[in-house]
Amino acid sequence: MQLEQPLATAPLVAMRGLCKRYADRSVVDSLDLVVQEGECFGLLWPNGAGKTTTLRMLLGLTPPDSGTIQVLGEPIPERARVAREQIGVVPQFDSLDPDFTVRENLVTYASYFGLRGPHIEQRIAELIAFAHLEGRENVAIPELSGGMKRRLTLARALINHPRLVVLYEPTTGLDPQARHHIWQRLRELRDAGTTLILTTHYMEEAERLCDRLAILDAGRIVASGTPRALIAEHIEPHVLELTGAGADTWGADAAPDAGVRIHRVGDLTLLYTAKPRALLERLDASDQRYLHRPANLEDVFLKLTGHDLRD
Amino acid sequence: MSSPLTPSPSTRSFAVWRRNFRVWRKILLPSALGNFGEPLLYLMAFGYGFGQLVGDLGQLPYMAFLASGIICSSTLFTASFEAMYSAYTRMAGQQTWGAMLNAPLTVDDIVLGEILWAATKGLMNATAILIVAALLGLVADLRALLALPVLALAGFTFAACAMVVTARSRSYDFFLYYFTLVLTPMLLTGGVFFPREQFPELLQDLAYLLPLAHVVDLVRPLLTGGSLHVPLLHLLVIVAYGAAGLLVATAAVRRRLVR
Repeated sequence: MQLEQPLATAPLVAMRGLCKRYADRSVVDSLDLVVQEGECFGLLWPNGAGKTTTLRMLLGLTPPDSGTIQVLGEPIPERARVAREQIGVVPQFDSLDPDFTVRENLVTYASYFGLRGPHIEQRIAELIAFAHLEGRENVAIPELSGGMKRRLTLARALINHPRLVVLYEPTTGLDPQARHHIWQRLRELRDAGTTLILTTHYMEEAERLCDRLAILDAGRIVASGTPRALIAEHIEPHVLELTGAGADTWGADAAPDAGVRIHRVGDLTLLYTAKPRALLERLDASDQRYLHRPANLEDVFLKLTGHDLRD
Repeated sequence: MSSPLTPSPSTRSFAVWRRNFRVWRKILLPSALGNFGEPLLYLMAFGYGFGQLVGDLGQLPYMAFLASGIICSSTLFTASFEAMYSAYTRMAGQQTWGAMLNAPLTVDDIVLGEILWAATKGLMNATAILIVAALLGLVADLRALLALPVLALAGFTFAACAMVVTARSRSYDFFLYYFTLVLTPMLLTGGVFFPREQFPELLQDLAYLLPLAHVVDLVRPLLTGGSLHVPLLHLLVIVAYGAAGLLVATAAVRRRLVR
């Protein structure tokens, strides 16, 4: 499936016909993915659906079995080193250097890009402020909180003024304050014209940050577009979540209205509808416990990739 | 990422070396204590204790014989440890290599940088031992300084061979195979603690299949004022092991990390 290209300019990332198999398991299957310069692009997929493999292929760390990859005008993996000079990566697992302090981590990471000397000092001061770690320059990594580590990891990824930043689940495990701080920083980057590619399990995060996103499953794109368009295309605008006693009765026969789609997950009954008023009146008249909310990306994701556990 | 067979590292390897050097600098004091203190203790204990029983070996006091052997075995173990335990920690434990691979470094850069660093540690250790040996009057003349480039090369070779093991390892326990099956036999047959001539001839010949005996045969005459026999052949064997080690280690780490 080809993603629509909003601009005629050469895309920043173009992956075409990408396939990758491990033993007899197909992990990425004829994947086409195009990301334009300046957009924030979200990749949503369940665990084990080829996410890590695809991003590793983008960075030149995994050679594809077939297909072509162009990143920042460079063929990958042949010239991945050159491309990575302009890419920042926020990895899935903490890879801060525990042998170093906050400041030393940035100095050392800069040296991997060949950046040394006095002019990098100013960049490091900027990034320490960006990560809100002023006064903690000489603190050892194990003494940082999870949020601080994540902020430092993001700052580290920016050491080379990257045109493209690849983020694996940038806010997993963070408290709401820390998440909002990261989101703020990511919006600043996007507004400054940096292209972002992020994977996340938080649909709310994807909805807030991404200009476009793709939902993938089993190594293929199953849907793509803007968050709003995806929701409008796949889900009725109103969702009623019914739990507790009586929920299954509602699901079975008490909601026969035209235009109501019913979905059961465990003890939860989901009612999707464009016209909720009659339904709400009947629910209010009963003592059924329910939640009324607008449709969101998570509904789309679960509809397209199913409710079954993945690992 | 790089050509399929031969290692093609870049000058970015030195960023890997420098990273390890920066960490080492932070633990300079205990490192230096170990570098100088260990050989001093060994030479004192074995030299005086054991040397009294052994007496001289030909013209050579046992302590001088031992010092010129220990400088080789110590290089062997320093370089091997660094390329196994420390490198494995950076590869598998703390994801230092993972972070490097997200930057413009390749597996080839990392493998070469790590081997160069392990060789450097071996050389620093050898230098400390040489100083201790000189102060104890166990070194014949200034020719002993020529042993240092030989030991730097030896450190590279030992590190490159150890890196092959690291690349295939799934846990720290795996290194015990290498210790028991390779390092210990090489140490005991290498002529570090006693002359190889004590062994049956077959075993003496077998000892030359591994690089340590060649290192000892180069370093001992340089330290004790003896004459070198077939030095180019010895160097060739050490270089061959080093080159083969780098080749196989690079291929093995690529297979592990780039897949």
